[in-house]
Amino acid sequence: MDFAGVSNTTMVTAAVVYLFAAIAHAAEWAAARGTGAEAAPAGSRQEALVGAGAPGPEPVADARDREREERALLRVERYGRSGVALTLLAFPVHAIAVVTRGLAADRFPWGNMYEFVSTSLLFVVAVHLFLVLRAGQRWLGLLVTMLATIGLGLAVTVFYVDVAPLVPSLHSTWFIFHIVAAALSGAAFNVGALASVLYLVKDRAERRGAVGGYLAKLPSTRQIDLLAYRAHAFAFPLWTFTIAAGAIWAQYAWGRFWGWDPKETMSLVTWVIYAGYLHARATAGWRGTRAAVLALLGVVAFWFNFIGINLLVSGLHSYAGI
Amino acid sequence: MTTTEERPATEQQDRRPSTEAPRSLRPVEWLRWLWTNLTSMRTALTLLMVLAVAAIPGALLPQRPNQPFEVEAWIEQRPTLGGLYDAVGLFDVYASPWFAAIYLLLFVSLIGCIVPRTRVYWRALRAQPPRTPRNLGRLPASARATSSRPAAEVLEQAAARLRSRRFRVVVREDSVAAERGYLREAGNLVFHLSLVVMLVGLAVGALGGYRGSVVLPVGQSFANTISQYDDITAGGRFDPTSLPPFAITVEEFVAEFETGPVQQGAARVFRADLQVTEAPGEQPYDYTLEVNRPLVVEGVDVHLIQHGYAPVVTVRDGNGDVAFSGAVPFLPQDGNFTSAGAIKAPDARPEQLAFQGFFLPTAAVDELGPRSLFPDAFAPELFLNAWYGPPREESGVPENVYSLDVTGLEQMTTEDGSDSLRLRLAPGESVELPDGRGSITMDGWERWVKLQISDTPGLGVTLGSVVAAVLGLCLSLFVRPRRIWVRARTTPDGGTAVEVGGLDRADARTGLEEDVEELAGHLGEEHDTARTVPVGSGEDGS
Ligand code: HEM
Repeated sequence: MDFAGVSNTTMVTAAVVYLFAAIAHAAEWAAARGTGAEAAPAGSRQEALVGAGAPGPEPVADARDREREERALLRVERYGRSGVALTLLAFPVHAIAVVTRGLAADRFPWGNMYEFVSTSLLFVVAVHLFLVLRAGQRWLGLLVTMLATIGLGLAVTVFYVDVAPLVPSLHSTWFIFHIVAAALSGAAFNVGALASVLYLVKDRAERRGAVGGYLAKLPSTRQIDLLAYRAHAFAFPLWTFTIAAGAIWAQYAWGRFWGWDPKETMSLVTWVIYAGYLHARATAGWRGTRAAVLALLGVVAFWFNFIGINLLVSGLHSYAGI
Repeated sequence: MTTTEERPATEQQDRRPSTEAPRSLRPVEWLRWLWTNLTSMRTALTLLMVLAVAAIPGALLPQRPNQPFEVEAWIEQRPTLGGLYDAVGLFDVYASPWFAAIYLLLFVSLIGCIVPRTRVYWRALRAQPPRTPRNLGRLPASARATSSRPAAEVLEQAAARLRSRRFRVVVREDSVAAERGYLREAGNLVFHLSLVVMLVGLAVGALGGYRGSVVLPVGQSFANTISQYDDITAGGRFDPTSLPPFAITVEEFVAEFETGPVQQGAARVFRADLQVTEAPGEQPYDYTLEVNRPLVVEGVDVHLIQHGYAPVVTVRDGNGDVAFSGAVPFLPQDGNFTSAGAIKAPDARPEQLAFQGFFLPTAAVDELGPRSLFPDAFAPELFLNAWYGPPREESGVPENVYSLDVTGLEQMTTEDGSDSLRLRLAPGESVELPDGRGSITMDGWERWVKLQISDTPGLGVTLGSVVAAVLGLCLSLFVRPRRIWVRARTTPDGGTAVEVGGLDRADARTGLEEDVEELAGHLGEEHDTARTVPVGSGEDGS
């Protein structure tokens, strides 16, 4: 089999293994149902991996209940670990798929939508695994593996194109900077958005005083919010650089650094929304929930720019079509 | 997060409007109220969101400057909605007054925000680290230790240690106050200021710059004077006499397309070989123009932005004289370079002649009519209709070179008059026109290139401001301001009790407890952690 063949096979394999990982993480969430319902009051401290369902001040829990709870927590732990193990298995396979794709094309593997999505998702999973291995933070597992499954699934079915060289306008160093920065910041924005989703879900549950199941095992909303912020704070300057590098490239390719092309415009809209997010976090009355909603709007704009504009609107950037 | 003392300007701005609004105000007060509102963080946030929303229609609807024909087609298909959209400027969003109003307001707000914050920052830069809180144990992180050395010595040691960690340090009677991370706010100010500078750079470019284009068949030359441009747009301060007097000859143009099964027809190579003369009388030199490799002559950029085909034809008139001969650029209509154009021979006698139709680089005729199947010229053919009419005086009115204005002309028909005359020519072929009106010969074909010639002053300012913005942003987001206090008191038993407390002022705090612990450990013989509040649940000052 040649590189292209290896790449295609491993890419599909990775998508399937991510699916299993997602199922394992879903089972982890499901198994946590009914546990931790009387979790310690909102705002108190809960570690992610420590697991033990916060032995709160609740004297009447009889032994059978406690035993059932312990068994459930063991199951949660087991499913969670399998999820991580499967992700650890899928990740190198995914990496091989991306690298062999580059070898097959004899260039960096980010010349079209298929390659861009698969590379970006590799970065997302890398960030997740970093959090798991270095900080013991497993709680993004479900959302990350779901995103990886859906994303890679779309990539291999809808966006797929065979290996081909680049069109002349992409032969530019700035294009490489542009696209690497876009893939990295895209990955970080997505991680930030996933954390923001969990923040909103947990925050809502806390407000209703019904933090049970897996939610109770998540870190505090404050910590989730902090992780979301860090992801965005990392992504935003990179995204700024992405747009700048794109503009410099456009100046070389077309003699104008900005032309209000649909793709350029949506990148700017995305940038402005994230600038809004950062402002929101520093504005009384906007931090917390509203900021998280802005983060989600930002990621929607990002995806729309990436998929919607490529498929719906024609512009100079539709070079990749798919 | 933001503490009250930390960002006096913004916090006050956030609060003041609501307390002042309800009273009936004198004009001056009213203006001030307006100003404080306009420069508040909340307004900035709102304007940013409004800007994001306002920019979206321009990404989804065709825009006049980029796609004039699509705009007309859009309006034709939905006349009512199209008219309405047109009236409010949705087909040219980025030049519309309401869009300008939004970003100008945003920038006014931005300036109104930067100025007071710079003043506050300037003062903070020269101020001493803040007074030591009475109870260090109530800070987000704190630790205690005891030492057998005298209090003053411990404080000296603490100050030295903190200084080596790049804190600004002041020693007071029984305590040390230290602060670091001043660059954060500086980065923030640089970032916001860069946005203003960038706007200035853009304005300079828009006012003093120009962008024009010219279509040149291979073998032809262009001299950089305003009359030789096909089209040109320029800002209000552009001076046409300032064009540098260079000349360009297109010697060759090479285009290659993918012939393999994957992405068949996709462009692979575009390359134009030019001969450039920078000024009359100077030695010409060769330059290879490619898509990402513009030519720069005296600060003016020359870009290769489009290419196409130009059939080379010879038209003979009814008298047998050559009425026209040369390459005629046709305009590509699709990715396979089905190209439309017109060949005009107004000098033909006794009647003038004109032709309109298609050039197909790889011609095929199927139920859809004649069209091209591949962008490269593998089987070039010319499909034309023919027209004739009385000679016309040169009117001087500029005409579209790619299409034919048929007023006053009559279309030629087949012998029996039942159908319009259709000509089909391959290179080297010639066709006699009916009724002895003359003939047309397709001698061959050439390629043409479209060169864009542009100058954007202020580019350096714009680029510089973007670089400054990114650097400022990184400082602002990654520098973590931190305050640490140490208090040392002599205890009744003659030892020294050391207290260390710390406070982080940015969101992304990590390592505060570690720093505090470590300092306490360094200062005392034995220490215990009185209290460290975990990351994430510490008190926010606001
Ligand atoms: C063109 C419009 C603007 C853009 C694109 C923009 C962008 C940003 C960005 C990306 C940040 C986060 C980075 C950082 O913390 O330094 C930020 C922070 C900030 N901006 Fe703006 N800004 C704009 C206008 C304004 C205006 C009008 C104000 C005044 C009210 C303002 C006040 C602030 C403040 C106080 C912060 C610091 C927030 C913090 O400490 O977390 N900005 N801005």
